[in-house]
Amino acid sequence: MREVAIIGVGMTRFGELWNQSLRDIFTEAALKAIDDAGVDHIDSMYIGSMSPGLYVGQEHIGSMLADYLGVTPVPASRVESACASGSVALRQAIFEVASGYSDIVLAGGVEKMNDGEDTTYILATAADQEYEAYFGVTFPGLYAMIARAHMHRYGTTGEQLAAVAVKNHANGYRNPNAQFRMKITKETVLNSTMVADPLHLFDCSPVTDGGAAAIVVPLEMADKLKGQPVKIIATAQASDTIALHSRSDLTTVSSIGKAAEKAYKMAGLTPDKIDLAEVHDCFTIAEICAYEELGFAEKGKGGAAAESGLTALDGKIPVNTSGGLKSKGHPVGATGIAQIAEIVAQLRGEAGERQVKNARIGLTQNMGGSGGSCTVHILEAM
Amino acid sequence: MKSIVPRYTREIPQRARLEGAKCLKCGHIEFPPRLVCSKCRHREFETISLQKTGTLLTYTIIYTPAETFSMQSPFAVGIVELDDGVRLTTQIVDVPLDELKIGKRVEMIFRLVQKEGHAGILEYGYKAVLTN
Repeated sequence: MREVAIIGVGMTRFGELWNQSLRDIFTEAALKAIDDAGVDHIDSMYIGSMSPGLYVGQEHIGSMLADYLGVTPVPASRVESACASGSVALRQAIFEVASGYSDIVLAGGVEKMNDGEDTTYILATAADQEYEAYFGVTFPGLYAMIARAHMHRYGTTGEQLAAVAVKNHANGYRNPNAQFRMKITKETVLNSTMVADPLHLFDCSPVTDGGAAAIVVPLEMADKLKGQPVKIIATAQASDTIALHSRSDLTTVSSIGKAAEKAYKMAGLTPDKIDLAEVHDCFTIAEICAYEELGFAEKGKGGAAAESGLTALDGKIPVNTSGGLKSKGHPVGATGIAQIAEIVAQLRGEAGERQVKNARIGLTQNMGGSGGSCTVHILEAM
Repeated sequence: MKSIVPRYTREIPQRARLEGAKCLKCGHIEFPPRLVCSKCRHREFETISLQKTGTLLTYTIIYTPAETFSMQSPFAVGIVELDDGVRLTTQIVDVPLDELKIGKRVEMIFRLVQKEGHAGILEYGYKAVLTN
């Protein structure tokens, strides 16, 4: 297997992009990544997208997006693993380049969520449709049940959940691509509308349109191209039961731990070697579970870690310097690639006001459903 | 969403009668039934009726439901562990929402769950009520 690097990244602004269609959003992100990389062609492409069929009535977006990017007849396919679709697309690109089958592969992600469909229903299709969603549970509802179990067993508080949102908004405030660039306080979170008790509106990531793309090449080719490469030193994925109720421990998202264990082993690293991370804070409790499973905090101490400043921009392990899903926005299929774009920017020293000093090793964690799918990637500066 | 009646009717043994599948090798109970045991990978099962009583493991109160449930909110949904060890997701009904607590005892009852599609097909299933 060849070693691989990311040579270019690009993303659109995240938000309510009323004047841009799904195809234009993707194409904008893809062109930025191609220009950043300095490549004159691509050999194939994978696009992560959770549900273009339900959101905008369009399937077969592999063909459509290759067409509008002007790269036909290269192979182009959509990859779907709910909110982990983007990072799973990246894995296909990594495998294709590592195997030697192709040299320049684009991994993208896109979601157009604001065109009017019932997003609560669509997101719930990532749960067990017949035995969870059928009874009325929503995605915020599933994470709310994890949160309540975590609070009951470990004494995690609403203030600790709120601390995650406050930190991520403070970071997103410094990100020009973020959907909600405003600072908030714990009171903003705790006084906001209840969505699924104990999760308030400001515990939840927003409904977002957006796209992101990355160009994957063999490491040996990276020196000859314009873009500053970042090496991929681990890619890992794990699955878990589709229904939350089937898990033996309702306070743990174990697919994060399983994927992380494989990724740390592949990279030959321990959690204390990670300089910064982008994690899947679809809800504030999810970031707390991620701390515990990635080894940033002990089991049950994730809430205290959030409050302690450990993961703030100036903390020991800055987490979600981009603003995370909470402030930057969560166009579900694009999120896994947007996390990669942030880590690449940080490891290149291009993150502007959000730059983490001396960042050498960055981690991304992206998951689908209530943790039925999870990926972990580790990247190293060159 | 267009209504498809068979997709509802084939779940009736589970949703209406709470039938599970007990592995003939390791005794693990699957709900809903599966073709392969999730514990030992055995493929032979017997159909059994699940226990109707259990304990509330966690819950939430949904204030922002999908459109199908918009007339019901706010409503409680929880994860219940039945006394035979089977876990399921269910609404908890007929209770003031502030009386819910992890560890409360519940009983499963048969109720209307939702109306699907433009035809308004009545779809039934289980819900939980508190027993203490």
